[in-house]
Amino acid sequence: MELRANEFRARAAANLGDAKLQRGLGLIKVKAVVNRASAVAEFGDFEALRETGKAIRDRALADLDLYLERFEREAAARGAVVHWAENASEACRIVVDIARENGVKTVAKSKSMVSEEVGLNDALIAAGVTPVETDLGEYILQINDAEPPSHIVMPVIHKTAEDVADLFHAKHGTPRKTDPALLTREAREILRPKFLSAEMGVSGANFLVAETGSTLIVTNEGNGRLCTTLTRIHVALTGIEKVVPTLEDAATLLRLLPRSATGQAITNYVSLHTGPKHIEETDGPRQFHIVLVDNGRSKLLAGEMREMLRCIRCGACMNHCPVYQAVGGHAYGWVYPGPMGNILTPSYVGLENAVQLPNAATLCNQCGVVCPVKIPLPDLMRKLREEQMARGLKPFGERLGLALWGWAAQRPALYALGTRLAARFMKWLGGRGRLIHRLPLAGGWSDGRDFPAPAGRTFRELYQRSKR
Amino acid sequence: MRVALFVTCLADLMKPGVAFAAIRLLEHGGCTVEVPRTQTCCGQPAYNSGDRATAIALAKKALAEFEGFDYVVAPSGSCGGMVRAHYPELFRDDPATLKRIEGLASRTYELTDFLVNVLKLDSVPGDFKGTVTYHDSCSGLRELNVKAQPRALLAKLPGVTLTEMNEAETCCGFGGTFSLKFGEVSTQLADNKCGNACATGADAIVGGDLGCLLNIEGRLRRRGDLKTRVLHIAEVLAGRSE
Repeated sequence: MELRANEFRARAAANLGDAKLQRGLGLIKVKAVVNRASAVAEFGDFEALRETGKAIRDRALADLDLYLERFEREAAARGAVVHWAENASEACRIVVDIARENGVKTVAKSKSMVSEEVGLNDALIAAGVTPVETDLGEYILQINDAEPPSHIVMPVIHKTAEDVADLFHAKHGTPRKTDPALLTREAREILRPKFLSAEMGVSGANFLVAETGSTLIVTNEGNGRLCTTLTRIHVALTGIEKVVPTLEDAATLLRLLPRSATGQAITNYVSLHTGPKHIEETDGPRQFHIVLVDNGRSKLLAGEMREMLRCIRCGACMNHCPVYQAVGGHAYGWVYPGPMGNILTPSYVGLENAVQLPNAATLCNQCGVVCPVKIPLPDLMRKLREEQMARGLKPFGERLGLALWGWAAQRPALYALGTRLAARFMKWLGGRGRLIHRLPLAGGWSDGRDFPAPAGRTFRELYQRSKR
Repeated sequence: MRVALFVTCLADLMKPGVAFAAIRLLEHGGCTVEVPRTQTCCGQPAYNSGDRATAIALAKKALAEFEGFDYVVAPSGSCGGMVRAHYPELFRDDPATLKRIEGLASRTYELTDFLVNVLKLDSVPGDFKGTVTYHDSCSGLRELNVKAQPRALLAKLPGVTLTEMNEAETCCGFGGTFSLKFGEVSTQLADNKCGNACATGADAIVGGDLGCLLNIEGRLRRRGDLKTRVLHIAEVLAGRSE
């Protein structure tokens, strides 16, 4: 996916004024936030479940190499082929090679963020293979000139039914309709023959189960099952961090994932893929390939961002992020938006290529509170800010301001003098209305807000006077 | 009980009345209040900006100034949270200081938390009359679990009616330097907060952190609302709201 993370500020500001986008984003609060809250309340001790989920993910990461080897052994023993991809281009090459070797013309795809991350669709197209997105949201994006998703679970949350009505009318050449049920039926009618003709299906994997060598996906539309069972070849593409030790562990995480994502107790479909079709079975793919992508993950494992690898991609952090809610996913300029993106994007594409993102949060910690595996997202953003400071990736003005302020704050007499002057200056700026309409050097504040002026004396002055 | 007031840099510079109100409340609860003269800032702006060295220096400075007291109280969940939740992390590689810092952290309280859970006040001196709505500041709420405390204290004022706003727990968009770096987004979040607060029809928006309150008031005034008051909880409780 095209990287535009360094345009965050401009795109975020533009999105604030996009009325249609704002309507879509409003739905997140209504749906995801409220639904999660009631699912959590209904569950009972969700806090204990979060602790258990965190412990499972930590256990998997502590011995990631061992669990991955176990996964590979078990998967191979059941007839699957495990491929290892160090980076995005390797991942694409592996999938393209599988397609080529088997004369594949069409690939039916179930939703996968790793596929977005590695840019699989472009690679397939370049190799003369047609990828067809079959998740309704991803399909809408694909026929809209391969627009990127704006949410990891609800990829078209930025679009309204009216948008989709126009799009289908234009691209399908059918009479315009706005009823979501009819639009869905139309998409289904177009996608059904593609499922039947595709020689290969590509899915992601929400979890890899080490003890059985299985991949697991959760979906609501059922397209994932068609992609993975109807085609001759199933390719599951996912990150190496998705492994968990046992089926029991996966089952525990399954209690966390849909509740955190959409407030569902369980998704409509939970599919476990263990090996290709057996000789005595009547259906299923003849080949089952599992492509495990590193693409920066093992580097995270060894560093300060390690806890981010616990992520199970539920999207709760963005659903609950006031900044995401205001600006939408596209502003973040890469695959993963919201708080998770503030960490993953700089981690995977380089901090210098996403300098604004670790700062694009108020550190309100609502994300940390809802994260099903207790990732301390604000702490990780803060660590990236420290790295920015150390690597000189902060603007000169900010560094200068911080340095001056920090220097003065360690010198109480000087600090007292500085605040005394500042209080008087701001009082003067405020005038009779006691409101500063334009703050020098802080237009970011005063373009949209006044600044309440102080009364002109610092507490320090007044207190010392009162003590005399 | 010797209690040190952590004035906070914003109260010192912007709203001295908040610090005086805090003193009044603490004295009302029977504390001997002292104000260490050399205090400046807890260091949170440096910490949140990635300047760990300055944050550590300011934490050490605060340690020297506040270590000798029974309790340290700040009229801010943000500064209180910095000391309680983040100071220890700054000294994870310095065991000797860490032990002292942990001691300081455990004795440091946000004002309303202290009034309710340590002093267990059964009355407050204020005489505010009117309806108020309460904004839960992020650090106080999510780092220090300050939620019921200010409401319990407001309930002790017979003239006060609390009307809760929608999304009281949602960030107002201040976020320290975030409000400058991402001014448009920050303003939008402040605007959402103002909308929710004003929809209650309250006479005053009350909160426990001056950063949020300056942000909310700034947006409120720019929206043209010169009537709704924006007050720190200490001012309301102490009866010093101008």
